[in-house]
Amino acid sequence: MNSIILMAGTRILVALLLIFSVFMLLRGHNEPGGGFIGGLIGATGFVLYAIACGTDSARTALRIPPENVAMIGLGIAFLAGLLAGLFGDPLFTGQWLFIGETEDDKGLPLSTVLVFDIGVYLVVLGSILTLVFALEEGV
Amino acid sequence: MADYDGQHTSATAAAGLLAIGLAAGLFVALWPTLPQIAAGETVRLVWPWVPSLGIDLSFFIDGLSLTFGLLITGIGALVLLYSYRYLRGHPHFTRFMLFLSLFMLSMLGVVLADNLITLFVFWELTSITSYLLIGFNHADPKSRRNALQALLVTGTGGLALLAGMILLGNAAGTFELSEIRAQGGAIAEHALYLPIFLLFILGAFTKSAQVPFHFWLPNAMAAPTPVSAYLHSATMVKAGVYLLARMHPTLSGPDIWFWTLTIFGAITTVFASFMAVKQTDMKQTLAYTTLMALGMLVLLLGSGFGYAVTAAMAFLVVHSLYKAALFLVAGLVDHATGTRELGVLGGLGRAMPLTAGAAALAAISMAGLPPFLGFISKELQYYASTGMETGALWITGAVLTANVLLFAVAGITALKPFWRPAQGDLPKTPHEGPWQMLAGPVILSVLGLVFGLAPAIITVSLIHPGVDAITGVAGLGVDLKLWAGVNAALILSLATFALGTVVYLLHGRLRAALIWAEERLPSFDRGWDRLLDGLKALAAWQTRILQSGVLKTYIYTVFATLLIGVGGTLLLKGGLVLPETWLGPNLRIWLVVALIVAGAGLTTVTNSRIAAIAGLGAVGIGVALIFIIFGAPDVAITQLLVETLVVVLFAVAALRLPSLAAEGPRKLRSFDAVFAIAIGVLVTLIMISVTAGPLDRRITTYFEGASWPEAFGRNIVNVILVDFRALDTFGEIAVVVIAALGAYALLKGPREGGAK
Repeated sequence: MNSIILMAGTRILVALLLIFSVFMLLRGHNEPGGGFIGGLIGATGFVLYAIACGTDSARTALRIPPENVAMIGLGIAFLAGLLAGLFGDPLFTGQWLFIGETEDDKGLPLSTVLVFDIGVYLVVLGSILTLVFALEEGV
Repeated sequence: MADYDGQHTSATAAAGLLAIGLAAGLFVALWPTLPQIAAGETVRLVWPWVPSLGIDLSFFIDGLSLTFGLLITGIGALVLLYSYRYLRGHPHFTRFMLFLSLFMLSMLGVVLADNLITLFVFWELTSITSYLLIGFNHADPKSRRNALQALLVTGTGGLALLAGMILLGNAAGTFELSEIRAQGGAIAEHALYLPIFLLFILGAFTKSAQVPFHFWLPNAMAAPTPVSAYLHSATMVKAGVYLLARMHPTLSGPDIWFWTLTIFGAITTVFASFMAVKQTDMKQTLAYTTLMALGMLVLLLGSGFGYAVTAAMAFLVVHSLYKAALFLVAGLVDHATGTRELGVLGGLGRAMPLTAGAAALAAISMAGLPPFLGFISKELQYYASTGMETGALWITGAVLTANVLLFAVAGITALKPFWRPAQGDLPKTPHEGPWQMLAGPVILSVLGLVFGLAPAIITVSLIHPGVDAITGVAGLGVDLKLWAGVNAALILSLATFALGTVVYLLHGRLRAALIWAEERLPSFDRGWDRLLDGLKALAAWQTRILQSGVLKTYIYTVFATLLIGVGGTLLLKGGLVLPETWLGPNLRIWLVVALIVAGAGLTTVTNSRIAAIAGLGAVGIGVALIFIIFGAPDVAITQLLVETLVVVLFAVAALRLPSLAAEGPRKLRSFDAVFAIAIGVLVTLIMISVTAGPLDRRITTYFEGASWPEAFGRNIVNVILVDFRALDTFGEIAVVVIAALGAYALLKGPREGGAK
């Protein structure tokens, strides 16, 4: 598609969508959001970019082939689940680390659950883009 | 000797030596338990495995498992040493060593396991590893076919065995074999005895190739010779016999045990010994004598008679020794001359004196002549058969027939090729084999003589503890003696020699008669092929019916099933409940409903794909609005995003599809409409009925309560996804990836004939 308006708009929109997708991923544990929704938003960004500028540009922008992104995500989610084993818990038990914890404040929470969610994010993003890119290139 | 072109590097040599060392090391490791076992004690090792299911990785050593263990590791070490030379330079040398070692370990696991499930896992591993070994020459379609046949037959039995083990475990209240044995004959009184018995028998008979499951075993000769030696002597095929012996204290006693084992054992042993005379290939002949031995062992395990069980233990040991030796000799002859055809082999004694000597010793033991262990074991068989309480006459007849033919086969296979004059040119000039290949046959055949001269060596240490383990009572074992005086058994032995000599002299005519008979009898092997073809035809037929490839048919089928199954249940069970209150005049909701109805209507009437997609999108957005109204923002966001992406996907895919207008005649479309409305009404009624009743909120309450204190999250939906049900989510994202890769392969893969 050759639309200058769409291409110009896309630059800003894609940036916003990607930042928003990470925002949704990170807030997901306490507010609406999470890896699945974040991944969908991120995918929407790249799909928009592919429509405006072509799949070749979108692939270049993604740097890693989308099917690899999905596989990496699956691997990260799996490793996050395995980590529980190191602490002697059953697989996929969340492990938490609170940095700067005080009496009233939990501080900065880090957890394998977040790592798992990042895996979900990448799987959703990668899988959808695998499909969309393949479909668009096939036309 | 090295017939293979491949490299024999230090790496492959190391792999081979490692395998040999492993087998020898295990043999030595079992050795220290001998005094304990001889003293009537047992050894038990336990590691917890799946404690919640009562499954432990537990191992148990008594006379029976130690005898098997020593045979498996001892013969295993010799066979591996033999293979080290036999397959030197083979391109898949390392693979072969790996398979054979794995097979040995699985077999060892079977005989040492004390937990039913552990035993089953090792049992299946022997099936799988022997599949790999039989099909080792995988370039040969016959080899592949025979490997698959062995796998399917033993695998089917394995499934039956698993079912039997689960029944037994439930009936006995434990999966530990030693605890089940401690209950004595309690299982024989249990209501589930018959199914347990039948399932175990099916497992044992398929593995140990009893008629009518015998056909896979001679076909398994497609494997390289060392494999045959190993599979057919000490191991694989004896796993079934081991299982029967192991379960003897638990399952024997009822008449059905005695008659099933005795009759099938007798049929197998007689049938196989006739078949052995018929064969002209050295390895095939030996394969059928193995079948004969398995039948004999099953027959002897039918009763708990002291002589019979002692005979079984003695025959087990002697058969493993001479059969492994003879198979290895067959391999030596094959490599030295290039043929295994008994008709052309002759005069090898001069060229291969050590091979000939080992073959002679093994053959005499097999024929059952004194002073070899084979003689003692045959005497015991006659003691056992003449002493049976029921059926002594015909059992003795079967044992005598089998032994007479075995005597003749020993002469035909292992003496004639070496001692008769040369029969003309052989494909290769015979020469003696290298020491690695001679070690096995020489050691094993000499042991047959040593144990015959001094049977006391094995009587106390292995045979009697083994008999105790099989009968479950101490002290039933009989002493092994070379000279037991003049009695019925001795007379039967002498008759065996006389009749055996007659058969040996007349075997040409007997063979012709057998070939004539076989051509007129149905073949199990061909029957197997027909069974498989039938199965494949059935599969193809039902696939054509169910998988028509027309998407519309699938949708009809799925929805018709839903309509009849769910709708029928709803009506019959009276599950239809109407709510007491309706939504009422809530304007927001009615607007959303109007949006959804309008979208659905547009989708059904339009002729434009883009309009249809837009209509569907409107439906989706309406649903998302409902989620928002009822306070499920996560689901609403997901719904909206998915809607967005689906529209994009549809729009791209629509470019590849034909125009909508061309689809189907009007009549069909009105049928579709009625069908669709019926489904819609049904689902609506179900939803109304479900929401009319009070919802069970226990799970919701639990997650609401546990989400923050246990998982530090306030968004319950996400906490469930990534923490409480993380394993489910992991499964789902794996499915997502697989689906994406599958679709990618379909879209990007090579296209045949321009089809899309």
